[in-house]
Amino acid sequence: MHVKININGKLYEKDVEPRLLLAHFIRDVAGLTGTHIGCETSICGACTVLSNGLAVKSCTMFAVQADGADLVTIEGMAKDGQLHPLQESFWEEHGLQCGYCTPGMIMCSHQLLSRNESPSEAEIREALDGNLCRCTGYQNIVKAVQSAAGKLKRTTKVAAGD
Amino acid sequence: MIAQNFEYTVATSLAEAVNLLQKHGGRAKILAGGHSLIPMMKLRLATPEALIDIGRIPELSYVRQDGDMVCIGALATHHVVETSGVVMRHCQALADGAGLIGDIQVRNKGTIGGSIAHADPAADYPASILAFDATIVTLGPKGERLIPASKFFVDMLTTALEANEIVREIQIPVQSGKTGSAYLKMAQKASGFAICGAAAVVELDGSGAMAKVAIGITGVGNRAFRATEAEKALKGQKPTTDLLKRACEKASSGVIALEDIHASADYRLDLARIFARRAVEAAIERA
Repeated sequence: MHVKININGKLYEKDVEPRLLLAHFIRDVAGLTGTHIGCETSICGACTVLSNGLAVKSCTMFAVQADGADLVTIEGMAKDGQLHPLQESFWEEHGLQCGYCTPGMIMCSHQLLSRNESPSEAEIREALDGNLCRCTGYQNIVKAVQSAAGKLKRTTKVAAGD
Repeated sequence: MIAQNFEYTVATSLAEAVNLLQKHGGRAKILAGGHSLIPMMKLRLATPEALIDIGRIPELSYVRQDGDMVCIGALATHHVVETSGVVMRHCQALADGAGLIGDIQVRNKGTIGGSIAHADPAADYPASILAFDATIVTLGPKGERLIPASKFFVDMLTTALEANEIVREIQIPVQSGKTGSAYLKMAQKASGFAICGAAAVVELDGSGAMAKVAIGITGVGNRAFRATEAEKALKGQKPTTDLLKRACEKASSGVIALEDIHASADYRLDLARIFARRAVEAAIERA
């Protein structure tokens, strides 16, 4: 089946087998290998991307289901060479060790902060329930999300002229 | 993990999806959110020859109040159910359950219609669907059918749906009087599935006695069930710590429990008794 998927503002299209997973379309067809595949069983969250604004596990969707969708992957977060506040905070707060889970952590945190601009620590932990870090660096991941929330709020205030 | 290949069709209406199901004669599956079906296909536990994607049918993910009924479209995601003001106002236990399913990503994609049609014995919704005496509206070749919740869950992964029938809507009667509801569960750590989940709906009368009590339990047996013995022992009584404890001792009487590496049958039966009591207590608090 012929599918067209917009990823980070660029259109990718190809004839694919219906069974091709979205994660494989992103990595192999679009060549965007920032989206990682960890468990392939909907558990680990490394493959999380935004599909039409919703955080989804791209290993649990067929690419054909995303035909016509707008995706954002980790490569779409930085703008004009400027890291997204979430990326910056993960760097500053040492929110990663090996980095394998990081793209998924950031995409899911992005969903959280779009729904709740000042999450509590418990809310952050609950929101990242579907993302596993095998280095067990959760403390700093939580700190990074808290720091990013602060930065994003400040940015919004500046933009609003507060 | 790669699924066996299949033919993929996007249905633009439920009626078209029913026609396509008939065309494939039982060898096709309906794809909604795909969060039960796709994992099974990747493990090759399910190998349908065709998938009929109903996920793009517009106007099927609603939650609305229609008179004395809360109507939930089959494609409402767990996130929609969890955050719906109508659901929180009238059937809190259902919102509790939706919010405890999997994780954010799963709740963004998984649908209420897909979940109940799949009928996983450890799914969260069935406990509340039973406790609220919901009605499942289905569409098949002969038209619409209304199936009471008590008849819907037949066995493990088996419902009253015919081969060519699709869930269209879930209807939950708006509770009258001073009513509260709650759903609590003991989740398996990794998957989040219920080892035991209990939903309770309690209506209190003017004197504070329980005019109505309904308890649904999931995760324990082959299918979710109503704790009818416990309900009988509670109905008409004023809730006291002692009464709740004694009555909920009967919450799993006569049930044959599942057993796996996560919990023995005896443990599950015990959890059913404890979670039934806690759910009733939480429902009374909200009444």
